[in-house]
Amino acid sequence: MSFRPIAEIGETPLLPERITFGSVSESISRPIEDRAPLGWWACFAVAVFFLGVLFVSLAYLFWEGIGAWGNNSPAGWAWDITNFVWWIGIGHAGTLISAILFLFRQKWRTSINRFAEAMTIFAVICALLFPTIHVGRPWFIYYPLPIPNQMGIWPNFKSPLLWDVFAVSTYFTVSLIFWYVGLIPDLATIRDRAKTASRRFWYGLFALGWRGSNRHWRNYERGYLILAAFSTPLVLSVHSVVSFDFATSVIPGWHTTIFPPYFVAGAVFSGFAMVMTLAIIARTAYGLQDIITMKHLELMNKIMLVTGSLVGYAYSMEFFIAWYSGNEYELYAFLNRATGPYWWAYWCMVSCNVISPQLFWFRRVRTSIPWMFAISFIINIGMWFERFVIIVTSLHRDYLPSSWGYFSPTIVDVGCFVGSLGLFFTCFMLFIRWIPMVAMSEVKGVLPEAHPHHHREDDQAYAETKPALA
Amino acid sequence: MDQISEMGAKPVALCLAEFSQPEACLHAAERVRDQGYQKWDVHTPYPVHGMDAAMGLGDSRLGWIVLCFGLTGVTAAFSMMYWMNGIDYPLIIGGKPADAIPSMVPILFELTVLLSAFGSLLGMLHLNKLPRHHHPVFYSERFDQCSNDKFFISIEAADRQFDAGHTKAFMESLRPDYVELVHEEDR
Repeated sequence: MSFRPIAEIGETPLLPERITFGSVSESISRPIEDRAPLGWWACFAVAVFFLGVLFVSLAYLFWEGIGAWGNNSPAGWAWDITNFVWWIGIGHAGTLISAILFLFRQKWRTSINRFAEAMTIFAVICALLFPTIHVGRPWFIYYPLPIPNQMGIWPNFKSPLLWDVFAVSTYFTVSLIFWYVGLIPDLATIRDRAKTASRRFWYGLFALGWRGSNRHWRNYERGYLILAAFSTPLVLSVHSVVSFDFATSVIPGWHTTIFPPYFVAGAVFSGFAMVMTLAIIARTAYGLQDIITMKHLELMNKIMLVTGSLVGYAYSMEFFIAWYSGNEYELYAFLNRATGPYWWAYWCMVSCNVISPQLFWFRRVRTSIPWMFAISFIINIGMWFERFVIIVTSLHRDYLPSSWGYFSPTIVDVGCFVGSLGLFFTCFMLFIRWIPMVAMSEVKGVLPEAHPHHHREDDQAYAETKPALA
Repeated sequence: MDQISEMGAKPVALCLAEFSQPEACLHAAERVRDQGYQKWDVHTPYPVHGMDAAMGLGDSRLGWIVLCFGLTGVTAAFSMMYWMNGIDYPLIIGGKPADAIPSMVPILFELTVLLSAFGSLLGMLHLNKLPRHHHPVFYSERFDQCSNDKFFISIEAADRQFDAGHTKAFMESLRPDYVELVHEEDR
């Protein structure tokens, strides 16, 4: 019996044989060091255009007030909070891949974690934008912070909206720290390869003088492990807290205990869909097929299949409980979702989120780039509709039929949403240009030759020095 | 610079050996450890497993630092909420007591995590004495490859056993690809 760690039995190598330490540095550093290709400039220009749309929309919104949006009683929350919950959900895959898969020793995460984390940070920036602007007077946004003020009052710590402030800002800060800690050794690689003085200065500055010391790696790895251990419950708590905004209210369709796990599953689902969309583009554009392999993509598709099924289960369980609880308002809210004025949004959500990922049961679909790109794109759309359905369909029919209404977005609504996509993609294009998009030191650590005992003779010698298993 | 070469030989800062395989470096590290050197280090492009044992290093103390930060976070969060909503400006919401503890749980958790994350970043930098951009290993031309695909062992001149000739000969006996004496401010 050969003496090998159990995890390696029957495992095929994660990356092709031709990948070496040097080729990892080379293929990941090159996009930063070479001149930007024309395609990058084209994408960047489009992203900056939509960023401009965001600025114009926000300027108009601040000038006119929130009335520029289509919100009206009773639908006081609409696209603003839909966008917030959607963006924060997208932000979940990064930390999930980095932290939870790290704790589970899933080595395949190393090829995708870096840009998933970057995606998290940019998505959370977009998410934070919406609660900030939806208060109407964004210059008073410091009110929820516990700062002494001349009115002698303090924020209400019993409010889920305040929990949200703490949860989302903590999430952003911790994700940023986690991302930066992971980046330090890779910034050192770029510093050491630098040919220009400015690159040596800036990457050197942020690499903090990292010299790959084993005494440092020891503390570094422990720090990374602790950050992962804290980020894991954090990522689950953030979307749970976001769901408390709804679940602690008395609105039929919101006041449900299934919300925290259901929101988390949806967040992971949409986050992986966005990682998939971006990974396919980056992999094709920069020829990273050797590092982000079909195996990585297939594993992500399996996670989408699982979380998509969880989301589907949550949809059906909401209906079941609406009926089983005997609460007529609750039952009405759900029947109204499926058959009322917003039936199109509900069925759009179901077909995008429940039906489309089921295609991943087929290996042919799971390993086909066009299919997975299309499905991940559809899931992103479907998850936006999920948030829209939860928020708007619950609000547009409240307890008083006299105040029922119908929400329709205005051009400013559309501008803010499309503009936030512009903000996200502008950040993402700059990230691809300036920061190593795959964690080089981590990929090197999972190569077969990284293990000091990878040669067969050594394994044999190693096996002989160890006692045989009983 | 001409002025520097006129000033004669700079003092030796450390002796550097280069390896191209992690296992060669690992076995060499075991021998440096057994030789009794204290101020020495291994430099690798990624954390090599088994290297801590090969160097004879104990466990990282980072966990204790993070524990202190985390406890600070939870204490600060509790006293902040208890004082602000319970004592200084009592808010009765939904008939609950002003200082109700269950509603504090989310923020207690968030601030514990936040402070712990600060603790692990700052603690890691503190234990590693980073940032430090001027370490003598950077004066070696070949050391640039450390973050790419080479493995290095460095023994500092500050070590009690260090002797430029002997240490260099010892390093050569480890069968590295290259050995050099790195001088202060050599580059």
